[in-house]
Amino acid sequence: MSVEAREARQPWILLAPAISAVTLLLLVPLIFIVVYSFWLRTATGADQVGFYLDNWQEALTDRFYRDILFSTLRIAAITTIVCALMGYPAAYFIARSRGNKVILLLLLMLPFWISYIIRTMSWINILGVSGALNTLLMSVGIIGEPLNMLYNETTVILGLVHFLLPFMVLNVFVSLDGIDTNLEDAANSLGATKWQSFIQVTLPLSLPGLAAGGLLCFVLGAGTYITPLVLGGPRDAMFANLVFEAIITQLNWPLGSALSLMLLVVLGALVMIYNRYLGMAQLMKGLG
Amino acid sequence: MRWGWQLIRLWSLLVYGFMFLPVAVVVLLSFNASQFGSFPMTGFSFRWFVELWNNDAIMRAFRTSIVLGLLTAVISTTLGVLASLALVRYKVPGANAISTLLIAPILVPEVVLAVALLLFLNFLGLHKSFTLLLFGHVIFTLPFVILVVQARLVSIRRDVEEAAMSLGASPVQTFFQVTLPLMLPAVLAGALFAFTISFDDITGTLFWKPGGVETVPTQIFAMLRNSISPEINALGTVMIVMTVGLPLIGAAIARQLARKSGT
Repeated sequence: MSVEAREARQPWILLAPAISAVTLLLLVPLIFIVVYSFWLRTATGADQVGFYLDNWQEALTDRFYRDILFSTLRIAAITTIVCALMGYPAAYFIARSRGNKVILLLLLMLPFWISYIIRTMSWINILGVSGALNTLLMSVGIIGEPLNMLYNETTVILGLVHFLLPFMVLNVFVSLDGIDTNLEDAANSLGATKWQSFIQVTLPLSLPGLAAGGLLCFVLGAGTYITPLVLGGPRDAMFANLVFEAIITQLNWPLGSALSLMLLVVLGALVMIYNRYLGMAQLMKGLG
Repeated sequence: MRWGWQLIRLWSLLVYGFMFLPVAVVVLLSFNASQFGSFPMTGFSFRWFVELWNNDAIMRAFRTSIVLGLLTAVISTTLGVLASLALVRYKVPGANAISTLLIAPILVPEVVLAVALLLFLNFLGLHKSFTLLLFGHVIFTLPFVILVVQARLVSIRRDVEEAAMSLGASPVQTFFQVTLPLMLPAVLAGALFAFTISFDDITGTLFWKPGGVETVPTQIFAMLRNSISPEINALGTVMIVMTVGLPLIGAAIARQLARKSGT
């Protein structure tokens, strides 16, 4: 074999293990559940191989599934907006602070490294019947009986915001930090007020970061089933909970396949739209 | 406009408080002497940490999580480093498509990835097992390793390797004596990332784990079904120390190594 041919083969040898892993453990399984979603789970528990539209008909026409899909998207949207409102000013503060930016950013990223389940359950310590807030309010005498603040949609959103806020802050920070501050100074020297130069210069330039953070918050928020299980009531199930129920509890795997594909299509469409207009590079900046 | 900046500062302070308060309460309650995992504080005690140590189920979950995390880190880092080397060091036709393929596992919602992998491997006859769990953890940590390693790899200059080769080192010698030491911080960062993500995962793990096997997060989740016991808070404190401490130590080591190798 010639030297050139060996040289050309080398990267493929290096790439082969990773590419085969992703192909065998992600791509082929995804194609498999597309096929699987047309099979039928019979009353005996065996799968009937074939081309049945029953699962899809159930997933697409049952009002129960549609309602939960919409409420999942609503919860994810509210979470994303709250993350943006809380995270943008914080990211702006870090990016424009005269102190040690790295330390400030690391500090806010610290909870990101703390276990998701611990952070989620920590809200029970705060809002539970004998939690910090009730204890505080009772000892001050504002309330006589502990309030039931937990296990509703608001606490689910609260838990999600706590989980996803670092993603938002990091992405907005990355794009704010990349803006040349001379641009703002130029706007100011040309007579713009600070507020005007923020609205007309800084904010538009930081929109890609805001969009990247928003996409991550939305997609990760809409795909969760743990937060509703821990912080939600029995009626606060999200779409991923339906998938979990179908697969783990009811063992109706073909239906579970159809439901997970529905979630994939809805969230995948968002990623595609994002990729079409902004490209994946911005999303990767925050991770690298 | 000074008050505008003050307002942003106050707001940021509140955001920091929001992020840290619940975590601080977990740590505080884990030292509570009371037998309920809640307020009021009745005294300072280490008893819940002792109970934790003596709780077989939790210790077993810890061992499972650590073994799983280490294996995941080793496999995922090996695959990720090799792929990153190819993508950064060679002109590969279709490099963009390959990059997208390799980071696809984080673009697919984890629930969907979990379902697809579970059902496909089950179809092939591999039922819920530790192996399935390991496959799952490898596949969704791989993109993170690739992103982290690639970002660091770009900064290593090619001429150092070329110098070694021109001085008579073979490609293999060059890799082990020049490239690998330079890459070490990137490799460690990737491995640490993979370990932490694996150690923390619950979304996929609940789908893949066989009955009777628990990792630390699924164990906590199972214990939450009853009510918050003080042990969970103690376990939370241990997890916080581990997940915050490990990356900090890792970062310190990486910086030390980077300083030594002069990059």
